[in-house]
Amino acid sequence: MLPRLPTSDSFTDEPYPALERETVKIAVCIRRVPDTTAKIAIGPSGATIDPAGVKFVLNPYDEFAVEAAIALKEAAGAGETVAVAFGDDSVQETLRTTLAMGIDRAMHLQGAPSTDGLANARVIAAALKDGGYDLILFGKLAVDDYAQQTGPMVAELLDLPCATAVTSLTIDGGSATVEREIEGGTENASCALPAVFTCDKGLNNPRLPSLKGIMAAKKKPLDVTPVTVGDAQSTLVGLALPPERPAGRIVGEGAAAVPALIEALTSEAKVL
Amino acid sequence: MAAILAILEQRDGALRKGAAELMAAARQLADADGGTVDAIVFGSGNVGGIDGLGAMGADRVLTATHAECAHYCPDAMVATVASIAGNYRAILTAATATGKDLAPRIAARTGAPCGMDVIGVAMQGDAIRVTRPVYAGKVIQTLDLAGTPVIAVRPSAVAASSAGKAGAVETVTVPEFTKRLTVTGVSTADQGAVDVAEARVIVAGGRGLGDPKHFALIEELVAAFGGDAAVGASRAVVDAGWIGHGHQVGQTGKTVAPELYFAVGVSGAIQHLAGMRTAGTIVAINRDKDAPIFKVADYGIVGDLFEVMPVLTEAVKKART
Ligand SMILES: Cc1cc2nc3c(=O)[nH]c(=O)nc-3n(C[C@H](O)[C@H](O)[C@H](O)COP(=O)(O)OP(=O)(O)OC[C@H]3O[C@@H](n4cnc5c(N)ncnc54)[C@H](O)[C@@H]3O)c2cc1C
Ligand SMILES: Nc1ncnc2c1ncn2[C@@H]1O[C@H](COP(=O)(O)O)[C@@H](O)[C@H]1O
Repeated sequence: MLPRLPTSDSFTDEPYPALERETVKIAVCIRRVPDTTAKIAIGPSGATIDPAGVKFVLNPYDEFAVEAAIALKEAAGAGETVAVAFGDDSVQETLRTTLAMGIDRAMHLQGAPSTDGLANARVIAAALKDGGYDLILFGKLAVDDYAQQTGPMVAELLDLPCATAVTSLTIDGGSATVEREIEGGTENASCALPAVFTCDKGLNNPRLPSLKGIMAAKKKPLDVTPVTVGDAQSTLVGLALPPERPAGRIVGEGAAAVPALIEALTSEAKVL
Repeated sequence: MAAILAILEQRDGALRKGAAELMAAARQLADADGGTVDAIVFGSGNVGGIDGLGAMGADRVLTATHAECAHYCPDAMVATVASIAGNYRAILTAATATGKDLAPRIAARTGAPCGMDVIGVAMQGDAIRVTRPVYAGKVIQTLDLAGTPVIAVRPSAVAASSAGKAGAVETVTVPEFTKRLTVTGVSTADQGAVDVAEARVIVAGGRGLGDPKHFALIEELVAAFGGDAAVGASRAVVDAGWIGHGHQVGQTGKTVAPELYFAVGVSGAIQHLAGMRTAGTIVAINRDKDAPIFKVADYGIVGDLFEVMPVLTEAVKKART
């Protein structure tokens, strides 16, 4: 797990950029989302959800990314972790949560995200471009829009290697190896740093903010930069509730109900 | 006239499941205004199954052959698709782990919008209208995508159909590309085991099983269904280490839509429902008659799973012979 200095055979006469970073610099992009247990109602405009009574939290997949960033920096012994969120002022609370978990500083890209994932990715990519990050981490998906695209788009825009939905991430010197789950198996991949990864469940167990962390978070830097998002090529037509499943029925109690179930599956549902 | 490009997946030199469904979605868009469908297949050599693509609806089959494409090689695929994207009204992939990894990269390269996990596609004037679940399936979002959007279609969203097109094979050149990511290999955990995301029948076990060894009850029912059934699981039992994460159904696991889903000793938490509520038929077996799973189940048995499962397994075996 330890990011290392280049080995002697990788030394050249040229100044080696990795030498300047015996430390690791990691950006984590985070999003504020409704708690997954929240009951979701559609607002009167039909274009947004009704936020009344909904608790907003750090996107669950971003917790894996935050944990990975903190743990990788701890393993390296030195460096910097930066949390980045694009959104309205409410995201500052979520950024503070990541600072309380142990992220060093936060960047609020202040503006209104678009329904077009690429327009948002361009805003985030521009903010990260000259940051000199070794790793840029994302969640696999945001549990509100399920867009599942911000990470790989930012990677493509910055011309960086990318692996999505990683369940294992190992850094060795200037390269990374990852595992990701695919249908019926696990894919192994490797790439050079700097690189972009999106984090899936299984990568780690995210820590909870400690009391000390919460106190420390109040004093950590949170920089606000106003941003504007470009034109959207993806426009929202509307939101709707999914069709209700037709009411089912209890066919009976205990093993005695098995024949009735088999009958229903055979002649009604026709799935046996 | 709309030309649609469908990117098909292969593994170990054979087309993956779901090709017919993706072709059906492509055909649906193309047929809306008398257009055509090209299927593109990447590989390091011959790919088995491409001779069947005409019957699934491909007017042309484009083969892109490159040594790096033995395994998934996103950099080669993005470069190739971007080089021909200008010929198409839309580019489709399956909403699999691979398709969802690839689609946003293509979109970012070509400057197009991207729609993921799409369950409905239609032409809408100059745009393509897609519907897709958001908020863990609690809401359905409708979007209009302009330009040549890249759309990852859920395999279960469109039923396969036969179209009887020519499927004429042509080669397409993989342009120069920089390989930034190397897939070094794929390990298949259980040889022959069916993945929950691809199964026709899923039998999912939850904490009600009480002990990891009782997954045997689940496996026996899976076996009774033969080769297209898979073992599913709730997060509670995955987190407890009873079974691998690959089996987890739900918001932080897999989204599945099998024809038949059994929830056995699973309470039916909202995050579990997020992953399976679009299954064709849902059967719940739970000893608590108030368990939320019964709200989405088509058929329920209230009772002790240890008593019900062996009887059910025997009955399924008998019904299927
Ligand atoms: C951010 C987040 C993401 C999550 N993602 C997921 C996810 O992807 N997938 C998921 O499944 N969960 C997920 N969860 C967890 C979810 O909230 C539930 O905790 C979990 O689904 C419960 O699993 P279970 O149904 O196996 O266990 P329990 O809720 O404990 O239910 C066990 C059931 O078994 C029944 N039972 C017990 N004994 C018997 C018996 N002998 N015979 C018959 N029935 C019996 C009980 O009546 C009970 O209904 C997530 C939670 C959070 C906060
Ligand atoms: N507004 C945002 N600001 C910063 N990061 C974001 C934002 N939206 C999404 N992300 C990141 O991109 C990941 C995937 O989100 P999405 O593409 O919306 O499913 C999230 O888990 C975050 O890591």
